[in-house]
Amino acid sequence: MRIALGAISLLIVFGIAGIFGLDSKSILEIGLLAMTPLALTSVGEVVNEKAGLVNIGLEGILLISAILGVVGAEFFNNGYFGLLVGLMSGAAIGFVFGILSIYGRADQVITGIGINVFALGFIPYLFMVIWGVPGIRVVPAELHVPAFSIFLFRVHIVTIIAIVVALFSYYMLNMTPLGLRIKAAGEQPTALDVAGVRVDRIRLFAAIFGGALCGLGGSFMSIGWFGSAVKEISAGRGFIALACVVFSGLEPLLALAGAFIFGLAGGFATTIAITPGIKETIPFYFVNMIPYITTLFVVTVAIGKKRFPKESGKPYRRE
Amino acid sequence: MKLSSRAKAVSQSFFAIIIGLLIGSFLMIIFGFNPINAYYALFVGAFGTVTDVLETLAFAVPLMLTGLTFAVGVRAGLFNIGSEGQMYLGALAAVVIGGTLDLPFGLGVVCATLAGAFVSLLWSLTPAILKVTRGVHEVISTIMFNWIAFWLTTYLIVYHFGDPTSAERSIRVLPSSRYLILFEGSTLTTVIFVAVAYCVLVYFILWGTKVGYELRVEGSNPDAGRYAGVKVWKTTLLAFMLGGIASGLAGASQIIGRPPVWSFYATLGNVAGLGFDGLGVALIGRNHPIGVIAASIFFGALIQGSRYMQYNAGVYFELVRAITGIIIIALSVPEAITVLRRWVKK
Repeated sequence: MRIALGAISLLIVFGIAGIFGLDSKSILEIGLLAMTPLALTSVGEVVNEKAGLVNIGLEGILLISAILGVVGAEFFNNGYFGLLVGLMSGAAIGFVFGILSIYGRADQVITGIGINVFALGFIPYLFMVIWGVPGIRVVPAELHVPAFSIFLFRVHIVTIIAIVVALFSYYMLNMTPLGLRIKAAGEQPTALDVAGVRVDRIRLFAAIFGGALCGLGGSFMSIGWFGSAVKEISAGRGFIALACVVFSGLEPLLALAGAFIFGLAGGFATTIAITPGIKETIPFYFVNMIPYITTLFVVTVAIGKKRFPKESGKPYRRE
Repeated sequence: MKLSSRAKAVSQSFFAIIIGLLIGSFLMIIFGFNPINAYYALFVGAFGTVTDVLETLAFAVPLMLTGLTFAVGVRAGLFNIGSEGQMYLGALAAVVIGGTLDLPFGLGVVCATLAGAFVSLLWSLTPAILKVTRGVHEVISTIMFNWIAFWLTTYLIVYHFGDPTSAERSIRVLPSSRYLILFEGSTLTTVIFVAVAYCVLVYFILWGTKVGYELRVEGSNPDAGRYAGVKVWKTTLLAFMLGGIASGLAGASQIIGRPPVWSFYATLGNVAGLGFDGLGVALIGRNHPIGVIAASIFFGALIQGSRYMQYNAGVYFELVRAITGIIIIALSVPEAITVLRRWVKK
């Protein structure tokens, strides 16, 4: 049903694009760029939720790692190091979130909201103390990690990493002992504990894994995609990724598919905004709403009947 | 028993505030600021003179209302973080009615206020209906609605309700639709009475009526609610509606109840962020309407004091929202005090 829905939305997008004379190649290229942070974030969150942790602070992690990625790239004078700094700052926030949820038995939704609010204040503050400007920083061109062309089609290395990570996560969850333990930590933590596996360590691993992927998605946005950092760079993508997770029913490959649909909506919007003849008729205010309306539409129509892990979002207490 | 649990709740709030301020000072030290000077400036800026106290209260007005939105949601078991967008629409409705209808004073104020509350209420209904009918998680839907509200509101200000003499803001509210200034030289207006009255009203609905009781049962113990025959759709709708009105009033309060601009900036600068600050207000106030009023004064002081802090201690005011985030995170860990005590003993 989901696959059919995905195919239909694809047809609709390209159909409309064709009618209005939009460039389908441009939609697909931008769509793949827009897919990348969503795919990384939602695949990470799928693993996280499988293990029984629900992190809704993804928006904040994306924002913080996007900016810290630029800081890192400028510090090391290397764009790839910047991507790595973003990944590590995401992992660090995931680690803190994991510690608070597992050992502090935190209310995970509230912790996530706190991470988001912290990012909303910390990032403008960081812009001022580091660059002395309120909220925009252009990444120097030599630090930019650009997309490369295969047969005239532009793809980004991080996009390929995101697809590989989704495949790897599918393999890990379904075909390795670690995946079995991650799923058990979300479904039957007591059984896992009785079997002699430390539930806390499995969950902490998942939290760091999810945070790291989200962090890479964040630094990709500033260094790899936009080539600049603004204080609203995440623009709701953390929550769109959560919508992907809901859409996927916690299957990494479906999360990737969901990210592709939402990415295309973004590519569609951007292409409208830059196509002469169309950009004058539709105010960009409405074009900017497209990703959010698409998200609402997809979560409303394709709400999963799939069961989520039983112990998801609940702290595990040893008897 | 009841008193001790309340004392525990208050001590948790204080503990969270202290953690927030400590980590805030750490963020100042690593960038070379002196936290003692900064916090001193913040305190003086918030409470130093009578005018500062009045400004603190003026900031508390929208915060108690956006805080109430989240608090009522949590009481019903919902995480309604749509206050931000609902507030934009409420502010827009107030400026449209207050700026175009020339009504006699009194009636103008009432109409503009009601318009703000009503439009925001309508805006909050869609996520509520999606939740009830399709099970769409309110965290996702309300954030999406916040972004749609942002672009819709800026579009309407720029294209349809712009000030012909000044591109960066909307039309101005007519004098007949403005709340009265309480004290010359401050921006505190009579709108504070509306805000406090609405908080008290919500308190009576939640603790004094059957449907309010059902709402709280649904939030604190959904299983018990199900056995008692509480209708979830009813409590969900009620929570969103009460919250929507509160956010609409918050938005309106910053337009028709806050001198000197009396109009809406196209950047939404006079309200942006107040909805997210409300999350901290609600949690520090333990999601209780009266607690929310008290917490809103604390956060009002943070915002008012932060401007003085930037001027006198050089610490950028944005840090205050980061501290709010830390406070929320600290409050999410209820056993933090116990864990910390055990750890110190070791």
